[in-house]
Amino acid sequence: MGSLSSRAAVIPDVDSIRRETGFSQACLLHLHHRFQALDRDKKGYLSRMDLQQIGALAVNPLGDRIIDSFFPDRSQRVDFSGFVRVLAHFRPTEEEDSEIRDPKKPEPLNSRMNKLRFAFQLYDLDGDGKISWQEMLQVLWLMVGVQVTEEQLESITDRTLQEADEDEDGAVSFLEFAKSLEKMNVEQKMSIRILK
Amino acid sequence: MLRAALPLLALPLVGAAEEPPQKSGSPGEPPPGLALFRWQWHEVEAPYLVALWILVASLAKIVFHLSRKVTSLVPESCLLILLGLVLGGIVLAVAKKAEYQLEPGTFFLFLLPPIVLDSGYFMPSRLFFDNLGAILTYAVVGTLWNAFTTGAALWGLQQAGLVAPRVQAGFLDFLLFGSLISAVDPVAVLAVFEEVHVNETLFIIVFGESLLNDAVTVVLYKVCNSFVEMGSANVQATDYLKGVASLFVVSLGGAAVGLVFAFLLALTTRFTKRVRIIEPLLVFLLAYAAYLTAEMASLSAILAVTMCGLGCKKYVEANISHKSRTAVKYTMKTLASCAETVIFMLLGISAVDSSKWAWDSGLVLGTLVFILFFRALGVVLQTWVLNQFRLVPLDKIDQVVMSYGGLRGAVAFALVILLDRTKVPAKDYFVATTIVVVFFTVIVQGLTIKPLVKWLKVKRSEHHKPTLNQELHEHTFDHILAAVEDVVGHHGYHYWRDRWEQFDKKYLSQLLMRRSAYRIRDQIWDVYYRLNIRDAISFVDQGGHVLSSAGLTLPSMPSRNSVAETSVTNLLRESGSGACLDLQVIDTVRSGRDREDAVMHHLLCGGLYKPRRRYKASCSRHYISEDAQERQDKEIFQQNMKRRLESFKSTKHNICFTKSKPRLRKTGRRKKDGVANAEATNGKPPRDLGFQDTAAVILTVESDKEEESDSSETEKEDDEGIIFVARATSEVLQEGKVSGSLEVCPSPRIIPPSPTCAEKELPWKSGHGDLAVYVSSETTKIVPVDMQTGWNQSISSLESLASPPCTQAPTLTRLPPHPLGAEEPQAPLHLPSDPRPSFAFPPSLAKAGRSHSESSADIPQQQELQPLMGHKNRTHLSPGTANSHWCIPFNRGGRL
Repeated sequence: MGSLSSRAAVIPDVDSIRRETGFSQACLLHLHHRFQALDRDKKGYLSRMDLQQIGALAVNPLGDRIIDSFFPDRSQRVDFSGFVRVLAHFRPTEEEDSEIRDPKKPEPLNSRMNKLRFAFQLYDLDGDGKISWQEMLQVLWLMVGVQVTEEQLESITDRTLQEADEDEDGAVSFLEFAKSLEKMNVEQKMSIRILK
Repeated sequence: MLRAALPLLALPLVGAAEEPPQKSGSPGEPPPGLALFRWQWHEVEAPYLVALWILVASLAKIVFHLSRKVTSLVPESCLLILLGLVLGGIVLAVAKKAEYQLEPGTFFLFLLPPIVLDSGYFMPSRLFFDNLGAILTYAVVGTLWNAFTTGAALWGLQQAGLVAPRVQAGFLDFLLFGSLISAVDPVAVLAVFEEVHVNETLFIIVFGESLLNDAVTVVLYKVCNSFVEMGSANVQATDYLKGVASLFVVSLGGAAVGLVFAFLLALTTRFTKRVRIIEPLLVFLLAYAAYLTAEMASLSAILAVTMCGLGCKKYVEANISHKSRTAVKYTMKTLASCAETVIFMLLGISAVDSSKWAWDSGLVLGTLVFILFFRALGVVLQTWVLNQFRLVPLDKIDQVVMSYGGLRGAVAFALVILLDRTKVPAKDYFVATTIVVVFFTVIVQGLTIKPLVKWLKVKRSEHHKPTLNQELHEHTFDHILAAVEDVVGHHGYHYWRDRWEQFDKKYLSQLLMRRSAYRIRDQIWDVYYRLNIRDAISFVDQGGHVLSSAGLTLPSMPSRNSVAETSVTNLLRESGSGACLDLQVIDTVRSGRDREDAVMHHLLCGGLYKPRRRYKASCSRHYISEDAQERQDKEIFQQNMKRRLESFKSTKHNICFTKSKPRLRKTGRRKKDGVANAEATNGKPPRDLGFQDTAAVILTVESDKEEESDSSETEKEDDEGIIFVARATSEVLQEGKVSGSLEVCPSPRIIPPSPTCAEKELPWKSGHGDLAVYVSSETTKIVPVDMQTGWNQSISSLESLASPPCTQAPTLTRLPPHPLGAEEPQAPLHLPSDPRPSFAFPPSLAKAGRSHSESSADIPQQQELQPLMGHKNRTHLSPGTANSHWCIPFNRGGRL
């Protein structure tokens, strides 16, 4: 344990990061290790290039969007706390978390809503708080691929959009997005076990 | 039950009665002349008995299910076992010897494979692999644990003197017994859990365990058996090692055999395009071959078939035709259910045979207690370990159900029957104990597990319809998780699953799926397709219903009511029909009957859709005419894709409107098809440029009403069937809209400033204008305007609509000379300043009419449409955009 905490001291603002993200010390250490491995030039932050190096991400249809989500507001670099903050969305939600939570505290990053929000912003490319028809089409195109014709894809898009679009404004707002997934166990489906 | 027992009763009697005459008659006497009637029971005996048993089992099933109350309380397996006991008793009483028992050979070679194949093939693969870790743990560690602890504890019991000394068994014997009694039985688990409906995770864990533990059971049983046969003194250390090694050989070998056959099966079905009829057969044959091959190589046959079913399903389903898919599904379910029924019944019958078993209370009670206790203990221990690694821990209630759900069944029974009495002297005691254990678990636990699940409030499985959104988001979540695992640098489950999917997509699917199937093989697309099919079917059903009721009341028009949509039209009709005596005025006043008829036509269109294609018949043994079904599916699908897109938004609308809306355009096009069938697609006909503006205007109106574009539009061209030319529904809709908007917000905003919008409010005009285009462009052809007006006129003048084509024909010839006739009714419509007079029914009526269809929800829609429409107009008027798919670009333009 002593070695753990001494190694953890390497991480800048380890305590505030832990408070914010809820990661365990071991997990933070692991992530820091990974962060440093990704940071090839030891510059203390990650650039897009660093993340694009990851081979499997390149073939992931959402890879680019995930990388973008690490760089909010068009910034070009992400430091460790930013890196961890994004990953904190995928920390498994424990049931105690939601029950004992202090109402004054901000919602933890791994709450259902925040998980959904993370997914939502992957769809919402222009950041206007709505998934437009075009954005939906693009996502579907990524997901379905080229196996169906453009027309079919467009009609799927129409159908998908209509299904979720409750106020009939031709776009899916975040609330509508959350509503369309209310039956799904998002806490479970958007969590990774090792990120405790 | 009695009814089911009758044939059985007859059997031995028949056999006994008919044997002597045949035997005595044949040898000595000269061959008799041509017998009119000969009784040849012995030639058919074996298959006849099989058929009869299955018949008995099926009849029993029917009888059980006559009462819903009974089957909701008592699992079918219990009833069948009890029935088997009764039947066995009867057989014993009649034949004086136990017959028709569960033979291990029959069980393993014929009865078990269908059940396992069914469960493997229909296994929810995603769920299975998501929980593979837990399933494997319980199947391997759990079974080993159960076998050894039960065996050891029984041996301890014997050492303690609680088992009677006449049970001659050593440690190895008990171990052997433990190994066969420890395995959770897939048949029993499936039979009970299918009725309990616990949540999917719990089900897949218990069920997956019961399937996969077969390998362990087989190995343990064989190893122990050979140890017993060798004698404990001769067993050497290498034998133990061999035993451990054989565990891997048997399990991995079985799985490998299954996967190889799955590959072969998938590959074979890729090339069955011309011999669709043998597709289902191939599935069964190759799966059975997998089973037999594994059995032959003494590998785990259950594992082989499970893997074969699990592995091939995706590709086979993609390759084989829709009909074959249904055939496979039903045959598999039938066979499995049949086998299951027979197994339980024979199990009951076998228990009656007291010559086979010997009772020892200590052994029986001890075994019962131990298997329950060690199962529970094992589950708790394993779950504790597993929960350290699981994202969603299994809670205490889950553990209780899992412990309690460890049912033993026919596998254990068949294995114990297979024991060699000379090598295992205590066989009879083991048989008795096994029977008691199986009966106890199936009957007592099977009976109580349902109340237990209810009482513990175990999370039940919830069925909800798949939505496109969920499917899509699930996919994105998977990709997101895989990406995050990449970023974190942890190659976990999501990473490998993603990898596998990419590999599958790149190589495996390409290899194993026929190209046409591969192209559209996508889960999102699948959901979309299924949703559409489902809607289409429900639409056809509803349409048929409405049609029949409306059609019946049609002759007595004035007194019709009852159906929701007719009441709407009724109201509208009342408002207008009084004035529609003059044929010329009809169009402006728009009698309610027009609308009604139009509604009828649309219903007819929908309702008659199915039979229309049925005339195609073919009688080939090698080829079922796929076209009829598939084309119909396709048509319904296409038709419905359109309908769904349009109707989805307006769920509040009356069904009549949601249906009639898409019809609108269809009829429009059909009209064209019928009249000017030189035109291949909607946009292609050469248009006179001078008229293009009008065309544009009109089309805008249409696409405006439809809200959503329809991509399958061109595909729809192939269905020209009954040509109904009735646009009145659009009118109904429009009127509803207008009157509603007038009533709720009478501001002039609704009244459009542009002539196009005037036309929008007065759709008859648009209809005429639409046709006018064709008048101009195709002067040599029959003018559709006439069909339109002629139709309307004839409809309003005739009471019945029984013969639309006849009424059309004369008008067609009559009306062309004066296209002005079409203009005339338009004249009043050109006064867009105040269209209200034409809809001047009292607000209350309008309200009532609208209450069915579109309430205030329409107004925003209307508002929202205004700018949209203007936009569309602009895009449309530019000549370049008048391409073949003009409707789609407009909506795109409006939305983007």
